[in-house]
Amino acid sequence: MRPEPRLIEVRRNVLKQNDVAARALRDRFHAAGVFVVSLVSSPGSGKTAFLEKTLTLLRPKYRVAALVGDLATENDAVRLARSQAPVKQITTGTLCHLEAAMVQKALDEEKWNLNQLDFLFIENVGNLVCPASYDLGEDLRLVLISVTEGEDKPLKYPTIFNSADVAVVTKIDLAAAVEFNWEAGRQNIQAVRPGMQIFKLSAKTGEGIEEYLEFLAKRLSELRQPAGV
Amino acid sequence: MHELSIAMSIVELAEEEAERRGVQVEAVHLRLGALSGVVKDALLSCYEMACEGTPLQGSRLVVEDVPVVIFCTSCRAQRPLSSVQLFCCPECGTPAFEIVQGKELEVVALEVQECAPNPA
Repeated sequence: MRPEPRLIEVRRNVLKQNDVAARALRDRFHAAGVFVVSLVSSPGSGKTAFLEKTLTLLRPKYRVAALVGDLATENDAVRLARSQAPVKQITTGTLCHLEAAMVQKALDEEKWNLNQLDFLFIENVGNLVCPASYDLGEDLRLVLISVTEGEDKPLKYPTIFNSADVAVVTKIDLAAAVEFNWEAGRQNIQAVRPGMQIFKLSAKTGEGIEEYLEFLAKRLSELRQPAGV
Repeated sequence: MHELSIAMSIVELAEEEAERRGVQVEAVHLRLGALSGVVKDALLSCYEMACEGTPLQGSRLVVEDVPVVIFCTSCRAQRPLSSVQLFCCPECGTPAFEIVQGKELEVVALEVQECAPNPA
């Protein structure tokens, strides 16, 4: 007769490898004094346009660079390169998200001197599900939604909204046309992530982007001059 | 869909533990938080695929769902969240900033059989 199976305790975090790699990246970023922002959104919500605008506007004053994850094409990197900032494409193939090791590898290949950067942006693959589980060593996870996606996006993807630090509502130049309900949008974001700061802007017209850039500048100075020092 | 890569990590991890202890895995017990970002049904079907051709082929994945628990600063107590679409205390309605539990993605135990010693 077959003996009863025995239960042995293991207790191991499945994503430990990624968490360890992310922690190493975060230490490296902090040692270099670079503020790292990762961007997550659905496909088509305007991450690339928003990032291109951000890079272009920051560049006269700050040293910026971007890593951009995409399934197959290099289109996003080509678009971002128009901002004149250094851009590196991470082609994920069939993988639906970026992992810390991929960021590490891209940085090693590119040999950017992190000490000479103020901001590093990491654009994740367009996906509101999978990127939630993977820490990339960023200081700030930014979740982007466009008004054309509707107000209920946060309720459909609570995990990623809850994991984010700030929300950006884009394409506000189209808000009237799509009858976007601000109050409902705000309430839904606050329901899944109470207290999260929300920026409303248009990457196309530039409306509202100043406030977001000031916020980034403030976070950078806080990183370099921790409170109480 | 990142459940396949998660499933492969689980299999790899279990395989490593089993090899180290010289045992045959019959089931892997996993704690899965409601905020882990992993879909249980997708993970279960991917698990079977991930096991194929490995020593874990034919093993089961036993998933324990871990609900989200928050710490309510008004009640000064831990409370289970009633819905992941509403992060506030189910008792008093205070917004919930502190998550105590619910992000788990953890192999907690293996159900094993001792490997039969190789016939001499």
